[in-house]
Amino acid sequence: MSNVGNALEPSAVHHGAMFDTNELVINMGPQHPSTHGVLRVVLRLDGEKVVDADVVIGYLHRGIEKLSENRNWTQIILLTDRMDYVAAATSNVGYCETVEKMMAIEVPRRARYVRTILCELQRIASHCLWLGTHAMDIGAMTVFLYAFREREHILDLFEEMCGARLTYNSMRIGGLPQDLPPGWDKKVLQFCDIMDEKVTEYEELLTHNRIWLERTKGIGLITGPQAVALGLSGPPLRGSGVPRDVRKDEPYAAYDEMQFDVPIGTAGDTYDRYLVRMEEFRQSLRIVRQAMEGIPEGPIVGKVPRLIKPAAGETYHAIESPKGELGYFIVSDGKSTNPYRFRVRPPSFCNLQGLRPLIKGHLIADVVALIGSLDVVLGEVDR
Amino acid sequence: MAIPSFITTLQSAAPDSVTLVSYYVGDWTVVVPLAQITAALQHLRDAPDAAFDFCSDVTATDWPPRKDARFDVLYCLYSTRHRHRIRVKVRVSETQPVPSVVDLWPAANWLEREVYDMFGVNFTGHPDRRRILMPDDWQGFPQRKDYPLEGPGELLMENPIDWLKLRQSREEADIE
Repeated sequence: MSNVGNALEPSAVHHGAMFDTNELVINMGPQHPSTHGVLRVVLRLDGEKVVDADVVIGYLHRGIEKLSENRNWTQIILLTDRMDYVAAATSNVGYCETVEKMMAIEVPRRARYVRTILCELQRIASHCLWLGTHAMDIGAMTVFLYAFREREHILDLFEEMCGARLTYNSMRIGGLPQDLPPGWDKKVLQFCDIMDEKVTEYEELLTHNRIWLERTKGIGLITGPQAVALGLSGPPLRGSGVPRDVRKDEPYAAYDEMQFDVPIGTAGDTYDRYLVRMEEFRQSLRIVRQAMEGIPEGPIVGKVPRLIKPAAGETYHAIESPKGELGYFIVSDGKSTNPYRFRVRPPSFCNLQGLRPLIKGHLIADVVALIGSLDVVLGEVDR
Repeated sequence: MAIPSFITTLQSAAPDSVTLVSYYVGDWTVVVPLAQITAALQHLRDAPDAAFDFCSDVTATDWPPRKDARFDVLYCLYSTRHRHRIRVKVRVSETQPVPSVVDLWPAANWLEREVYDMFGVNFTGHPDRRRILMPDDWQGFPQRKDYPLEGPGELLMENPIDWLKLRQSREEADIE
């Protein structure tokens, strides 16, 4: 075990070249505004070109998996909030569905519809945060202010629904903690109408902007088979033309009753990943509208035993979080009220692994574009 | 439940490669002996009816009472062509290394590093075998069942001599 990464080993590329060039090793992060948290990238540079990179993570490791193995099944829900903290409701839904799958609990249809709505609102909020910070990294300040305005709107909706703005704790095993507040549905539909216009507004600022095109087209190319082998999921995978979406392939919540399209890219560069996410805004709004119109009346919690204690066994369940495939693997020994093993398959962790192959050969200014384009949340990477 | 074809073809391709097939709440799991793990995973990736091209997760479970096979190392695989899943399980003891699958799925690189970091399971042939979440000089493997939840503090306080030695060696390393 050495302290330094592979990136620091000297390369023999320039021996015997006409000019004596030295490679420079610099640290980007862990305290850098463009690394979106505490990500450290050790870059080996030749001039402004990245020869190799070593991605160092773990600065936000809180041991959520270990903690969860020492808490009972219900207490874990609020720990899942702290992983992907810009889309906490999605993590809640994923965990609760895994336990429900293990215990064969039937979730009422109304609860499944509400989960779908919350997941899609979270996708919009998460993509707003991604768009704002990604654009700001590349130099477009205006989009940041626009996108955060709409994210604020969604946070207000969540605050009215469950009282918190970031860490919602908004799910229970078997259903929901409380029903939707009166009048909330109208506010959500109002928001959908506003958001429709705003997405067009963002696109007017960026999609045909010449600076944006120069900075994103052809940057970080990755083909579909390469992306699959690297374990990328979510928009980075779909940007490379692989039509994989857990919502379509293995439907959960009420996604089997929704009509929506899965946008895919063609080239697999930063621009395509941008286009995929922009289209996902529209598809998410489409799903929210459908779910709001079709939401049935009825109970919000299924038949759940008073003491949650699944029979001995193990299961893996995946959902489509805004970042990609969020999977939970849980093992119960059937004796205690804690999980014997609690494992999260974090999409950000697996997507971040693609950073090193992506940034090789690009300029140092493209590193921030590529970190933004993978859309990682360090709370989820390190857990 | 009828056993799906990707498991039966694996059994016929390599008769002794599957010691147990189990089905629980919709998930298929196969247990593979350590000697056959690379061949079995290679078959699952390349056979046309299996085509598990996406390695979702590599993780482990610690069962301390099982002396000769303390760890379950698990591979959660998914096929983007057939849209099915399988979990492959291999049982190893504390000293047995597992062959790395980074050649089959580059996605396994960081996932295997995390299994090493958290459980101390060694992988042979891994290109970059460092800790990933814990600091490089960390002692112990946090996800093991015998590792205290509070961290190493109390453990080391029980053995103050070891604790002093460790601190001294760290201070010397800092001076150097």
